[in-house]
Amino acid sequence: MPALSRDDVAHLARLARLELTDAELGHYAEQLDVILGAVQRVSEVAADDVDPMSHPVAISNVFRPDQQVPGLTSDQALSGAPAVEDERFRVPRILDEE
Amino acid sequence: MTFTSTPAVDLAAGIAAGDYSAREVATAFLDRIAETDGELNAFLAVDTPGALAAADAVDAARASGETLGPLAGVPVAVKDVIATEGLVTTCGSRILEGWIPPYDATVTAHLRAAGAVIIGKTNMDEFAMGSSTENSAYGPARNPWNTDLIPGGSSGGSAVAVAARQAPLSIGTDTGGSIRQPAAMTGVVGVKPTYGGVSRYGLVALASSLDQAGPFAATVADAAALHAVMAGHDPKDSTSIDAPVPPVVAAAANGDVSGMRIGVVKQLTGEGFQREVREHFQKSLDLLADAGAQIVEVSCPHFEYALAAYYLILPSECSSNLAKFDAIRYGLRVGDDGERSVEQVMAMTREAGFGPEVKRRIMLGTYALSSGYYDAYYGQAQKVRTLIARDFAQAFEVADVLATPTAPTTAFPIGEKVDDPLSMYLQDIATIPANLAGVPGMSLPVGLDDKGLPIGLQFMAPAMADDRLYTAGAALEAAVGWEARP
Repeated sequence: MPALSRDDVAHLARLARLELTDAELGHYAEQLDVILGAVQRVSEVAADDVDPMSHPVAISNVFRPDQQVPGLTSDQALSGAPAVEDERFRVPRILDEE
Repeated sequence: MTFTSTPAVDLAAGIAAGDYSAREVATAFLDRIAETDGELNAFLAVDTPGALAAADAVDAARASGETLGPLAGVPVAVKDVIATEGLVTTCGSRILEGWIPPYDATVTAHLRAAGAVIIGKTNMDEFAMGSSTENSAYGPARNPWNTDLIPGGSSGGSAVAVAARQAPLSIGTDTGGSIRQPAAMTGVVGVKPTYGGVSRYGLVALASSLDQAGPFAATVADAAALHAVMAGHDPKDSTSIDAPVPPVVAAAANGDVSGMRIGVVKQLTGEGFQREVREHFQKSLDLLADAGAQIVEVSCPHFEYALAAYYLILPSECSSNLAKFDAIRYGLRVGDDGERSVEQVMAMTREAGFGPEVKRRIMLGTYALSSGYYDAYYGQAQKVRTLIARDFAQAFEVADVLATPTAPTTAFPIGEKVDDPLSMYLQDIATIPANLAGVPGMSLPVGLDDKGLPIGLQFMAPAMADDRLYTAGAALEAAVGWEARP
């Protein structure tokens, strides 16, 4: 299925929110292509009758009692924030200004 | 007495008996770190005031006649991927440089409750991605057996801390071999418990269905003591297993393998393993047979696909787990000039804050999960995972534990594989199957290669039968009589 082009890597980087440099685009295109070529082996085994396994422990719907427990204070929650305003996370512009 | 070469369980006993103080012990290890870590770079943070305060609290508790915890006064080094309230936690990444968690991981809370003295945070491959600790943003950790060599990874700093006697015990995490492989490279004991046996709450996730924290120690008995403290059901981790902790301490004290069936995995013994690794593996099997174990061969035909499945499942999970590093709630923020959009700031921050291996895996995961490729890659890898779990189930019908070499080679030079991802990934060929199936594994040192570098052997056991690792490990440890030191 691979070969990955620079444009493919640029697309992946956009999806993953990574602003790669030109040098990185070329380098990663080469490396990802090699890795994808190797991991493609998974298609050699496991037919349709094999169920996928997402997790080693068979679990579903783990609930806890609906009781209040102490959580972080707002000061604690904001303690590592890069920017704070009025006891809230201050974020960069989210909407286009039109 | 030399505290830094005394087993952890003996230190705990000596402190409890009043033979010496917790402060004396903590001071000895802090001095050792100060002497050695300029060269080894095993620690990203050393908490001298916190360690001394915790040690003084143990001494005060003893003086007032309180019952002490099982690790009271014993220094423990903690991998920097585990949250420690008030103590910097970076995951070896620039994106979390200087981050101080406002809460403790459950593992950290267990350590504190047991009276352990948290001495510092250890170096690691960034977000636990790597097999050499070269992917740390803060410089590589160095192998104390030869400082030109890697100590293994990703928990390299924790392995070095124990191997170089900077701490009697340490904690690592293992997603595909990140405890067992560095244990093998540095000549110490390292255990990946059963998935769900130790809480993942407060462990910064790499791949949530694979990650598991576990102990490093110089001896099997010391590893068991730390394992017992770390383990147990935790309501804060929905994948935590609600069952009693396997009797690991008793198993390590027993070490009787007579009648135990030890399965040698046919697919993980021959080609691709360094000659001395194969020789010491065979010699260890002979020692186990002499001790009364029954050696049987088992076949796990799908293990040869484990590496491929792992490098689809892990990047897929990591690309979504690491989406949380978005420059909003914690960590680095780059380019926020009031004009740029949140998306641009995120992309600039992640570009500046993540290293090459992290970016590689995020993009690989993004690819494997993209529409059109999902079934062929991620979906197919999940099916292979099922086949590997079936291989284990069949093997455990005829064997009580499985044995393999831990890693294909001994430690290699720093720089040799750092830009050759596939060759680096092969380091974990024998350790990855246990993570995919969720079963426990242990590596312990069994010999030295021709260059005098340590070689590890791995035991694996069925889920929640971690005690069998300690029975087999104690037997082999006694038979090998390991006394080599870096």
